[in-house]
Amino acid sequence: MRIEMTQGNGGAEVRAGWCTGQSVQPLTLPLSPWERGRLNGPQRNFWRPFSHTKSACGFGHFRRQSRQAGIAEKDRMRGCTLRSGHLPLVFAAAAMLAVAAQPALAYEAYVSNEKDNTVSVIDTDKLEVVKTIRVGQRPRGIGMTKDGKSVIVAVGDSNTIQIIDAKTKEITGRLPSGIDPEFFSFDPAGKTLYVANENDNTVTVINMETRRQEGSIQVGVEPEGMTVSPDGKTVICTSETSNMAHFIDAKTREIVANTLVGARPRFAAFKRNGSELWVSSEVGGTVSVIDPVKHKVKKTITFEVPGLRREAIQPVGLDITRDGKTVFVSLGPANRVAVVDGHTYEVRKYLLVGQRVWHGAFTPDEKYLLVTNGLSNDVSVIDVARLKVIKSIQVGREPWGVAIEAQE
Amino acid sequence: MKRSFLKAAAVATLLLALVADAMAADTVEIKIGYLRRAEQRPAISLLDVAAPDAGLAGAELAIADNNTTGRFLNQKYSITGVKLGPGEDPAAAVQKLGGEGISLVVTDLPADALLKAADAGRAHGMLFFNAGAADDALRGEDCRADVIHVSPSRAMLADGLAQYLVWKQWLKWVLISGSHPEDKLFAAALKRSAKRFGAKVVDEKVFEDKGGARQTDSGLAQVQRQIPLFTQGLPEYDVLLAADENAVFAAYLPYRTKAARPVAGSAGLMPASWDASMEQWGARQLQNRFVKMFSRRMQPLDMQAWTAVRMIGEAVTRTKSADARRIGGYIRGPSFELAAFKGRALTVRPWDLQLRQPVLLSDGKNVVSISPQHGFLHPVSELDTLGYDKPETKCVLK
Repeated sequence: MRIEMTQGNGGAEVRAGWCTGQSVQPLTLPLSPWERGRLNGPQRNFWRPFSHTKSACGFGHFRRQSRQAGIAEKDRMRGCTLRSGHLPLVFAAAAMLAVAAQPALAYEAYVSNEKDNTVSVIDTDKLEVVKTIRVGQRPRGIGMTKDGKSVIVAVGDSNTIQIIDAKTKEITGRLPSGIDPEFFSFDPAGKTLYVANENDNTVTVINMETRRQEGSIQVGVEPEGMTVSPDGKTVICTSETSNMAHFIDAKTREIVANTLVGARPRFAAFKRNGSELWVSSEVGGTVSVIDPVKHKVKKTITFEVPGLRREAIQPVGLDITRDGKTVFVSLGPANRVAVVDGHTYEVRKYLLVGQRVWHGAFTPDEKYLLVTNGLSNDVSVIDVARLKVIKSIQVGREPWGVAIEAQE
Repeated sequence: MKRSFLKAAAVATLLLALVADAMAADTVEIKIGYLRRAEQRPAISLLDVAAPDAGLAGAELAIADNNTTGRFLNQKYSITGVKLGPGEDPAAAVQKLGGEGISLVVTDLPADALLKAADAGRAHGMLFFNAGAADDALRGEDCRADVIHVSPSRAMLADGLAQYLVWKQWLKWVLISGSHPEDKLFAAALKRSAKRFGAKVVDEKVFEDKGGARQTDSGLAQVQRQIPLFTQGLPEYDVLLAADENAVFAAYLPYRTKAARPVAGSAGLMPASWDASMEQWGARQLQNRFVKMFSRRMQPLDMQAWTAVRMIGEAVTRTKSADARRIGGYIRGPSFELAAFKGRALTVRPWDLQLRQPVLLSDGKNVVSISPQHGFLHPVSELDTLGYDKPETKCVLK
């Protein structure tokens, strides 16, 4: 074993190798947000004037008014005038618009910061944090109610799920989630909430109208991933130590099937048409595509990033586009989001994001995908059409999940 | 589409009901033996005194976890604990377990007893999981094809610690070892690590075990005077390493050395497979389950036994078999991997059947760091920077 350490400007560069005959390999350290900023420099510069131009058009705060007035976003943009002072920016903006025909609409993204006990609110037009909400201890799973009126966040160490009013950003109530809630999923109607309680191997069922527990379902060891089929008939729970996806009948609340997947299944998501269930296995390093009728794994997707050890590739979050054509897989400590073809299952691209990327959410127009980077304390914004990371937004410490208004 | 799905669900429910009826007949029973050493592990601190069910408790928790999963797969796990009496031949205990139809045995035995047990188990086609012995010889010249090592080896523990000390640039070490054979082995492992990672042992001393009680009523005052005397006259050093597996002196070193230097090894910053305070990567749930069941905190030996029984559970689930030979084949093979709250899959080194695993460094209160450290690279797995790598192994599996 040989070790050379040199102290450079931006921190330590370490080179190490083995005395057992292998040559010394240079080490790639994960990039700091600053370094990534530099790496993404041209894109960022490209993006900035665009945002500036938009705000000159009053894009952000006019949105709500125009929505109330029933003016379509497209029409509103047409009526937008540009001042001469912005002329140098216009070209950049025009170039940008040429690539992405329509500008993003402003939504609010809510990011749970596990370490800070806060939720950061991001304006998806400005792509910056506009507010920080104090919540209970250890916020992780976060979601928006179907009516868009509230955000709910699982605060595990406070043993509850808090309800945040989307308008006032105040905490208005709580749900009887059971002990240490981490993750949850709504049924398509938004009336029932299924919560994974990791500590006692159960799924808690909550009626959202009465805000009461309706029952609980015994599942495998350490339930984590939760999702509901688009038809609302099947509830999926993945248990991390049992390495299974449990298929639960929503009506009888009985487990009807169990499908074995790779080690430590973290997240489950259906394609919008219900044809496939995708499950990520964090420690196994794979994503299983399951036929939800036969309960059989029909494809196991693996990932390979040059220069990265297999063990650094840990799939967690899955975000499937509405058309089912593209699946974004957050690869945790690999610091990348894999772009997978939803039909051929080929990995098309790896997008470099922040450190330990976990969960993500699309803006309802599917223009952007926001993913949380737990170790670099930021959110990466992915342009879905161009498959490019266009910005990273600093949030609180250890961002975990992100919720944006439900897609139609 | 919807209707067919409903139909399928109905059929599945019906099938499940049928399966439940037939369950009594089709349930796979997996019987595991747990063979324990007679000797109580010594301790200086009252906090370190081993619980009567040390290790076994971890195995029992894993049985419960396996059964939770097994409910869905018609598997039923059970464990038979056997504690050897002083001087008792492990071969007899193995015969007894074999007679009960047990062919999967987790052991917490010293190296020589483990080898005797393995010899006796051969006739029964037994597969052993070594949860309690850190000896590198068991993974080297004494390795066996039917003994899988779940406990990290001394070399792995020493390498894990050394990487961190090198990362800290604490490169000048003084090594104090006890006079027991195990202490010498651990000291040798530490010296090997120093050489591998570029640290230097600037001086060595031996602390003789003269016997006697460990803590006495007026003992503290004596220790306060003895340790500075014992550690004076050493060359300049960064960190004092103690190799004291029998708890004779190491815990007396911190804060009492002549020079104001940290202590590591058997006291101070300690390498281990687990820590009672570990809560990363979902470990909190495991810790909670353990405390709920046993009303005490989970120690490294408990974790090693838990891991061994979970390895069996994982292999049974994937191979759909309770046959020791098939289970052994799967665990030794390339598809085996276990999630054990260490942030990555644990796999088995095919050359010596050692479970690859990160090494935790604990100050007794918190996890300070987890090795392998960043920057210690390896062409296959960074976990193979800990312990004996393939080109270095002396193991020929038989």
